[in-house]
Amino acid sequence: MSISQILASGRVLRYTFHERLVHWLAAVPYIYCMLTGLAFWSPWLFWLAVVFGGTTISRELHPWVGLIFVVATWAMYEMWGRQMHETELDKQFWRAVPHYIRNEDELVPSADRFNAGQKLLFWGFFWCGILLLLSGLILWFTELVPWNLRYLRYFAVIVHPSAALLTIGLFIIHVYMGTAMERGAFGSVIRGDVSVGWARKYHRVWYEHVLRDAAARK
Amino acid sequence: MGQASTEIVRISGHAGTVPGAGLNREFQVCKLVDTTTCIGCKACEVACLEWNGLTFSETTFDNSYQTMPETQWNYWNLIKFNEHETKDGTLQLLMRKDQCMHCEDPGCLVACPAEAAIVQYANGIVDFQQANCIGCGYCVSGCPFNIPKFSPTARKVFKCTLCNDRVSVGLEPACIKACPTGCLHFGTKPEMKVLAETRAEQLRTVSGFADAGVYDPPGVGGTHVIYVLHDAKNPELYGGLPKDPHIPWTVQLWKSPLKWLGNFAIIGGLVGVFVHYLRFGPKTVPPDEEKSAEQEALAEGSTPQPGAKP
Repeated sequence: MSISQILASGRVLRYTFHERLVHWLAAVPYIYCMLTGLAFWSPWLFWLAVVFGGTTISRELHPWVGLIFVVATWAMYEMWGRQMHETELDKQFWRAVPHYIRNEDELVPSADRFNAGQKLLFWGFFWCGILLLLSGLILWFTELVPWNLRYLRYFAVIVHPSAALLTIGLFIIHVYMGTAMERGAFGSVIRGDVSVGWARKYHRVWYEHVLRDAAARK
Repeated sequence: MGQASTEIVRISGHAGTVPGAGLNREFQVCKLVDTTTCIGCKACEVACLEWNGLTFSETTFDNSYQTMPETQWNYWNLIKFNEHETKDGTLQLLMRKDQCMHCEDPGCLVACPAEAAIVQYANGIVDFQQANCIGCGYCVSGCPFNIPKFSPTARKVFKCTLCNDRVSVGLEPACIKACPTGCLHFGTKPEMKVLAETRAEQLRTVSGFADAGVYDPPGVGGTHVIYVLHDAKNPELYGGLPKDPHIPWTVQLWKSPLKWLGNFAIIGGLVGVFVHYLRFGPKTVPPDEEKSAEQEALAEGSTPQPGAKP
């Protein structure tokens, strides 16, 4: 049984309340950690730590908020992990990515519920999230790392910013595509629904499944 | 220090110029620790606690004379003891006063992200400014000598100041003042280097320590605390003094190539998506496509009639 359905309004439910809540439970802490993290990344951006309540407060809260992000990312894995496995359709999608970038959407194979790019975003955040957690715990409790295990610190100081930079790259593309580029997508993660035209155009395989499911319920 | 700010030559987490580069006629100061004449009396440890008004902490007995395993946030000066058996079977009691080395190229300052939490003065002293410290602990990772220590109470990091407050008014550091054997010396770096080399030469030629030498590690640009060792080839014997200390390579990688690569990638990504929007614009579903999709759904019978309950 599909969890999505055709709404009374004639629109299609793309993300349930639970899915939207988990998305924002990950997104808001991530944005906080990214901005305070950028403050510690570059002296040019240190003022960000001041804006978020003071430099010491930013440093104290960053790991705690990071934990919320980790928990939400885990919930997302529980929720979407099985829908994120790569399929033959995804390989076709990657081959057609130049068309997708040029908005030649008629030349792009239609996707299931999540297209290949969304899956890359998901797994990118999932694996970087694990690296950020492991290195973050070491940085959080640096003073507890014994001197003869100091290589753990050296590992953490390079892994934490590297993994964070990868997620920032994914984040920039994700936010651009979800707001400016793909009109109608942002509403799906706010109120949960998309138009039938949108669903048919970008996620036809999923949409057809939803239609069959809705017809079967009659 | 009336003109203290103009004597600052390096500032942690700082963008832009520094106030004191090339302005002052400051001497580079240096502390010389001659381990060969140290008797392990710990007068320096007590003087450090007294002058700096540090709180007391518990000592640890570990079948040696050593006060505790390593320096603490409120114990900046610690003599490390090592009972060392030489090749010919004689026993040496090696004693080295451990404290901040005041590196010319300080790993703590390089790693620190907080503006002005760590400064380096023209005279070579590396000083923590706890008011600006955010307690992140990156300095702990950046230091090759295991010196900066986090205080769980203050949630800030502390270490030896080389008695910056005393040095700035023409006094020697408290530990130097207290040393009864004269194994501690304080002066300019060139003077102390000459004194140390002279002593090492004496140890080699007169006292029979063929490997005696001076410890002033070039990997961190030299230090403003230098040692005379009986066996300069094995500094690890002296309570784990690193043989060739450097700022950890991952810290250097993070602070230089990764920083430039990351900044380039972030700015490139932002410019990239903006240019993409200018060139290709948004993806939209045209009204006629929307209409045909609605009709198709109606034909399939899966769209509810207007007004129907969900």
